[in-house]
Amino acid sequence: MDLASAKVIGAGLAAIGVGTAAIGVGYVFGSFVNSSLRNPAAADSQQGRLFIGFAAAELLGLMAFAVAMIILYAI
Amino acid sequence: MASGGKIDPMHQFVIEPIFGSFQANNPFVFTNSALWTLIVLGAITFFMVGGMKRELIPGRWQVAVEGMIGFVDDMVHASIGPEGKKYLPWVFTAFIFLLFANLMGAIPIAVVPGAHPFTVTSQFTFTGVMSLITFAIVLGVGFWKHGLHFLSLFVPPGVPLIGKILLFPIELISFLVRPFSLGLRPFIAMFAGHILLDIFGNFIVQGFNAGGKGIGISILCFLFVTFISALELLVAAIQAYVFAILTALYINDAVHLH
Repeated sequence: MDLASAKVIGAGLAAIGVGTAAIGVGYVFGSFVNSSLRNPAAADSQQGRLFIGFAAAELLGLMAFAVAMIILYAI
Repeated sequence: MASGGKIDPMHQFVIEPIFGSFQANNPFVFTNSALWTLIVLGAITFFMVGGMKRELIPGRWQVAVEGMIGFVDDMVHASIGPEGKKYLPWVFTAFIFLLFANLMGAIPIAVVPGAHPFTVTSQFTFTGVMSLITFAIVLGVGFWKHGLHFLSLFVPPGVPLIGKILLFPIELISFLVRPFSLGLRPFIAMFAGHILLDIFGNFIVQGFNAGGKGIGISILCFLFVTFISALELLVAAIQAYVFAILTALYINDAVHLH
């Protein structure tokens, strides 16, 4: 296998990480909606934590994207 | 970008000189990035000055500006507490700069031939420097307020000694990664969003050029691009908000140490 095709395959494998981050982001928002429907009065005060959790989950997916970009363009 | 040719989604991020050139060994080159930074700063100044008339009965504009400041002020107050007032200027600056830069990169002025919006936050130099400023504030405030006691930030309280020894390197690494992750997040979000828009925008043109079944694909891609554009506006606002709230939280760590 030459380097060019290996790069494309590697970038495609790295893109799987973006999909797994989607699971994480969905779980964060899903849990928030789930619990805020149980206790709507407390939902507004927890929005900051919601976005912190979202940011942490999303960052790992963005890292996977960065790895894919580095494999495609920087090597 | 040639229609029907190879898609080059990276071309939109190229920094090109407007006046002067990179070759002439000239350290001061006015680039499209500098131009768009000035446009963003001009828009922010226009927005803020327009709302600072301090009328007793605020008009719509003043309510918009006050609402935005109040939003960030509430967030800083909720994260840091009463001492947070001192750090509001930087948090608000970061928030409004990221918000305006992200949103103005998505203005569709490319319908005018030759004009291209340039998202300044799609360059890591911008967001990276902003996160370094946040990190400098955290370190400065921490060491100024607590001296070497600031290092106890890396040792969680209420943990037995063996746990402290194990946790210290983990906490230290997670602290040192913060400026990197803080700057990387808005940069990658803008970068990835614009690449996606560019690729699917190219699919529309290529589908029309192909004709036949390609036109159906073009219409699907057009709907998709419309949807992604709306999502991009949401992401632009969320990234600015996340940057601001994480900045406030990191400063809270330095002010209160757990």
